[in-house]
Amino acid sequence: MGYMLEIKNISKTFNKGTINEKRALNGVDLNLASGDFVTIIGGNGAGKSTTLNAIAGAWYVDEGQIIVDGTDITRLSEHKRAVYLGRVFQDPMTGTAATMSIEENMAIASRRGAHRGLRWGIAKKEREEYRRQLGELNLGLEDRLSSKVGLLSGGQRQAITLLMAAARKPKLLLLDEHTAALDPKTASKVLEISDKIIVEHGLTAMMVTHNMKDAIAHGNRLIMMHEGRIIYDVSGEEKKKLHVSDLLAKFEEASGDEFANDRMMLG
Amino acid sequence: MIADYFMSLDPLALLRAMPGTAAQGIIWGFMALGVYITFRILDFADLTVDGSLATGAAVAVMLIQGGMSPALALVFSVLAGMAAGLVTGIFHTLLGIPGILASILTQVSLYSVNLGIMGKSNQGISLTQQGLVASSRYVTGGDSAFFFLKLILFCLILVGIVYWFFGTETGAAIRATGCNPQMARAQGINTNYTKVLALMISNGLVGLCGGVLAQYQGAADVNMGRGAIVIGLAAVIISEVIFGKLCAGKRIAFAYTLAAVFIGAILYYVAYALVLWLKMPSDYMKLFSALVVAVFLAVPYLKGRRAVRKGA
Repeated sequence: MGYMLEIKNISKTFNKGTINEKRALNGVDLNLASGDFVTIIGGNGAGKSTTLNAIAGAWYVDEGQIIVDGTDITRLSEHKRAVYLGRVFQDPMTGTAATMSIEENMAIASRRGAHRGLRWGIAKKEREEYRRQLGELNLGLEDRLSSKVGLLSGGQRQAITLLMAAARKPKLLLLDEHTAALDPKTASKVLEISDKIIVEHGLTAMMVTHNMKDAIAHGNRLIMMHEGRIIYDVSGEEKKKLHVSDLLAKFEEASGDEFANDRMMLG
Repeated sequence: MIADYFMSLDPLALLRAMPGTAAQGIIWGFMALGVYITFRILDFADLTVDGSLATGAAVAVMLIQGGMSPALALVFSVLAGMAAGLVTGIFHTLLGIPGILASILTQVSLYSVNLGIMGKSNQGISLTQQGLVASSRYVTGGDSAFFFLKLILFCLILVGIVYWFFGTETGAAIRATGCNPQMARAQGINTNYTKVLALMISNGLVGLCGGVLAQYQGAADVNMGRGAIVIGLAAVIISEVIFGKLCAGKRIAFAYTLAAVFIGAILYYVAYALVLWLKMPSDYMKLFSALVVAVFLAVPYLKGRRAVRKGA
C-alpha cells in the first residue's frame, strides 16, 4: 500500500546569495501512512512550519519531491494543491474571512477544489449541515450562522477553521501551531476538537506545536526537527511512553545545548 | 459687501440646477459602483478608472458617429472598460507589478489609446442625434420625469445584478480574495483569477459610466476621466458615512449598501452644485473633492488611534 504523504529529500534556502541566506530545510524525508497523526516539535528555526508551508505550497521547494496519495504536487500552485489539503494556521485571523459570515466561510470551504460558478454561494440544505457541525462544537455557534466571523473570539475562529479544513475530507490536515495564540483553556478545547475531527473523518494529520506535553499526548507519531532536518521519529507504544524529559534530552543531544529547555520553549 | 453677495445668490437658480445635478450624480454612480467593487470588496486601489472612463466615452461617441445605436454603443463601452481592467489585472497578477502602480501604468497608456480612438482630444455627438440613452436635453424637456424613472430603474437593475453576482460562488470567491487572500488560496481559490475578474467587472461599470456620460454631455474628451477616482471614492465614502449604520444588520444589507453608493454620488454632485452656486471658483473643485476624501478616509483611522491611546 502506498503512503498518504511522501516527502522525498526536500530542501529550501531563503534569500539565496544574500547576507540573510538561510537554509530552512536541509533534506527532509518523511512518509506518512493513511490515518497517521504526527506531531512535530523542535526549536526556533528548526523547519517545522517551513515543512508545512512547503507541503501547502506557500513557495516551491528548491529540491526534492512532495507526493500526496500518489499525486506529485511539488510544482502545483498553492490554490491547486489546496484540493488535497486542510489547513489551520497559528493566527486565528488567517484561516477565515472576517467580513464574511460563518456560513459563507463554511460554504467557501465546502467548495474547495470544486468549480465555482454562478450558482448561489450557499444552498439551503447546506445550512442545516453547517448548523449540525457547529452544534457539535458546543460553542453556541449553531444559532449564529449569519454572524460575521470577525466578531468571534480566536478560539471560535480556530474551531470554525478546523471544520472548514475538514470539509471535503482532505488527504492531509496541516495544523500549524494552531493553538499557540490561544489561552490555555481555549487551546485545550481546540485540541480536543482537532482530535475529534481527525478521528471522525479518519484524516491523516500533521500538527506543529511548541507544547511537548501536547506533542506526546496527541497523535500516534512524533518527530523532532533541528536545523532543517528530522532528527527523531518515534511512533506507537514507544511514543506513548515518552516523557518531556526524554524529548529535552534528545534535543540537548542534537543541539549540544544545555539550555535546550529554554530554547525549545522559546522557539 | 456681504449683503450684496447674498443678494446676488438666486435660490431659484440652485433649484433649477438640481435635476441636472441629480442626473449627473446618478450617472457617476455607475462609476462609483465600480470603485466600490475594487476599493471595498477587492481591497485594491484601482486608478485605471481615470483612463477607462474616457475610454468608455470615446468608444461610445465614435460608434455613434459611425451610425451605431447609442444603446448598443454602450455595450462596447462596457467591453472597452473590461479590457482596461484586464490589462491592469495582468500587470498585477501575471507580471507581479504592485496593484496601484499596475493601475497607473494602464491609466497612462489609456490616455494615448483614447487619443487614438478619437483621433483628437475630443469628439462630439450631433445635436440632432436620436435615441440617446441619456442627454441633458431630457432633463429640461417635458418628459424629464419619465427620463428619471428610466434612469433610476436602470440603477436598481444594476444594483440587483451586482448584488446577485456577489452572492454567487464566484462572487463569494472574489469577496474572500479581497478580505483574506491567504484564506482564499487555502480554500482552493485562484486569487489571480478572482482579482482580474473583479477588476474587469469594475472597469466595465466605469466604461458604462463613460459611455452614458458622453451621451449626456454630447461629447467625449480625453481629459474627462481626470480625477474620476476621487469622485468615485467620495461617493463611496459619503454613502458609508451617512448610510453605513442604516444598512448594517439588514437582511439584504449589501444591496442597500450598493444602492447607497448612488445616493452618495448624487450628494457629491449636490455639494458640487452648491459650491458653484455660492460663486466659488470651479477651478478649486478638484482640490475640494480631494480634501473631502482625505478627511473622510482619515477620520476612522484617527478615531481608532485615539481609542487605542485611551485604552492604554
